[in-house]
Amino acid sequence: MRSRSLRLAAPLVVGAVVLTACGSNKSESSGSSGGSTSGGNKTATIGLSAPLSGSLSSLGLGMKNSADLAVKQANAKQTVKGWTLKFDAEDDQGQANVGQQVASKLASQKDVVGVVGPLNSSVGQQEQPVLAQANITQISPANTNPSLTQGPDYSTGTKKRPFANYFRTATTDAVQGPFAAQYVVQTLGKKKVALVNDKKTYGAGLVGEFKKELTKEGGSVVADEAINPGDKDFSAVISKIKTAGPELLYYGGEYPEASLLSSQMKQANLNIPLMGGDGIYDPTYISVAKEAAEGDLATSVGAPAESLDTAKQFVADYKAGNYSEPFAAYGPYTYDAANVIISALAQVLPGKNAIDDSVRQAVVKAVQGTSIDGATGKVSFDQYGDTSNKTLTVYKVTSGAWKAEKTGSFQG
Amino acid sequence: MTQFLQQLANGLVLGATYGLIALGYTMVYGIIQLINFAHGEIFMVGAFGGLTVFTALPAALGRNVWIALPLVLAGAMATSVVTGVLMERLAYRPLRNAPRLAPLITAIGVSVVLQETIRLFYPGAKAPKPFPRLLPDGAVTLGGVRIAWVSLFVIVVAIALMIALAVFVQTSRTGRAMRATSQDPDTAALMGIDTNRIIVITFVIGAALAGVAGVLQGMRFVSIDFFMGFLAGLKAFTAAVLGGIGNITGAVLGGFVLGLVETFATQYVPNGSAYKDVFAFVVLILVLVFRPTGLLGEQVGTRA
Repeated sequence: MRSRSLRLAAPLVVGAVVLTACGSNKSESSGSSGGSTSGGNKTATIGLSAPLSGSLSSLGLGMKNSADLAVKQANAKQTVKGWTLKFDAEDDQGQANVGQQVASKLASQKDVVGVVGPLNSSVGQQEQPVLAQANITQISPANTNPSLTQGPDYSTGTKKRPFANYFRTATTDAVQGPFAAQYVVQTLGKKKVALVNDKKTYGAGLVGEFKKELTKEGGSVVADEAINPGDKDFSAVISKIKTAGPELLYYGGEYPEASLLSSQMKQANLNIPLMGGDGIYDPTYISVAKEAAEGDLATSVGAPAESLDTAKQFVADYKAGNYSEPFAAYGPYTYDAANVIISALAQVLPGKNAIDDSVRQAVVKAVQGTSIDGATGKVSFDQYGDTSNKTLTVYKVTSGAWKAEKTGSFQG
Repeated sequence: MTQFLQQLANGLVLGATYGLIALGYTMVYGIIQLINFAHGEIFMVGAFGGLTVFTALPAALGRNVWIALPLVLAGAMATSVVTGVLMERLAYRPLRNAPRLAPLITAIGVSVVLQETIRLFYPGAKAPKPFPRLLPDGAVTLGGVRIAWVSLFVIVVAIALMIALAVFVQTSRTGRAMRATSQDPDTAALMGIDTNRIIVITFVIGAALAGVAGVLQGMRFVSIDFFMGFLAGLKAFTAAVLGGIGNITGAVLGGFVLGLVETFATQYVPNGSAYKDVFAFVVLILVLVFRPTGLLGEQVGTRA
């Protein structure tokens, strides 16, 4: 009897993994905003895919609120004549397979004309083909992996855009990684670097780009390790890295693991700064790692929202919107992504009676040609769908908060 | 050599946590042959219970280790025990005589219910919650090997609890009743043992240990989240099977073997950090191929 129930258990464990990964698509639709005042009786929906629950939700909820703000403002101003915009926020849990379901759900709805998101490059990878099939415009405010717009062979110089309907308002890791490497060698004067990545599309890609530029700059990689997303105990990998004597640890991944890595590094007396990309640039990183985070660095896309004139209006409006969560790292980029879609809709929708395939295709075309003044500066797209704004900022944890150190772009 | 000892220490700390959770799996399995997949969630709920107690403490008391730590541990154990007992009463007891598959599926359902309950109703639990540092930050250095106070605490508490449990099961009256129920519940009942009570006691002990493990993990990693029980539960289950499920010493041994394999794979296998789980499961498969009952599991005849 014992061995039989054990035999049953093995496939069940596997099943449990799959089941949990599937989860359910928690839909947190905020419904139509200000529908009665807009006067339009036809509705178009803008979808959003972001992690609204789970460890990355502090980034995802900021995205949701920012897109919601853009839609509410458009309805109040009747930006799209004769149409009411609806907003449908879906929870992709930061997981690729859930993202695919979210994309399918959005694509199956007749009135969806555009999707903002997702946060994770690995999720974006799965959503692209689904939305492309339905010709639905997708603009990610946060995907930074270069292959999403430039194809898998971008690094060898053969750039080929895989999906004409996919755009992003965040710059790519092909800019972010080298920008960080230059800062490490030239500004910080540190040459011995340990690399750690979380094996996901974003983390592994970012570290790869960083590594290339680091060696070009004359730096050396003293350790190159990987960890599993979801892991909590990094003592073994830290002990191993410590013997290599690095001056800085560069991490490709997101803040849940990065904050634990940083606090365990200092616990193990490996007192060097941890540096990461936009995935660790979040207040939660500091609230978890506490004093251990002091002196850690992160690059993030764009200039600090509070410093741009164009962003001040967004910050004020967001505050007035009374959202319970901060807009976090990608709020302004999400706001801009939603507004690009809205401005394309304003060109395409008036005069149309219903949303069909030709309308969706026209929206994709209109987005490609759009140029607006957004919360992050001028927003327009190049022939790959990448943002033409390639600004990045280095932030440093100073007295318990992220403080901007240097804003610029990568000059290769 | 120092490096080897450092990694040995790291592996022991990791293994102690696995072992502590694995005990709950193995005890419940030993007594009712149920693989309680919701056990990882008992561990998670315990951590949240501990955090709730800490949040409720006045700041002055919270800073005093001697007061805060026992209270947080007690809170965690109480939360885990209540959850464990309710789970046994509501979800497993009605299915005691049902086919094996039914309680197994129920356990997975209970696990999802507990995760979602915390995610939806615990304030702010949708994102990871910071856990207080109850112990001072420093570390002890023994011949070049550095062990943080909190890690030392984890190992000491885990081993003390494991020994206490072994003594309890081997020498006390209730322990003897537990062993009897595990060997043959029907005969045990005929001998005047209240088997339902013994089963509840088993759940209580397993849950209390998991609650302590939840606080230990929270203290070490200074953050907890509603999903933390999933991976921990999976690893602890692996440890229990590796050591021989149903066997208490086996669960502890399995925990340490698993922790050490993961740690040493990271250090000594090229590119090992990326594949440490692969090595852990390869060891599990090898053990099961050559000793299907696990390292310490004995061959038990099919029950009537």
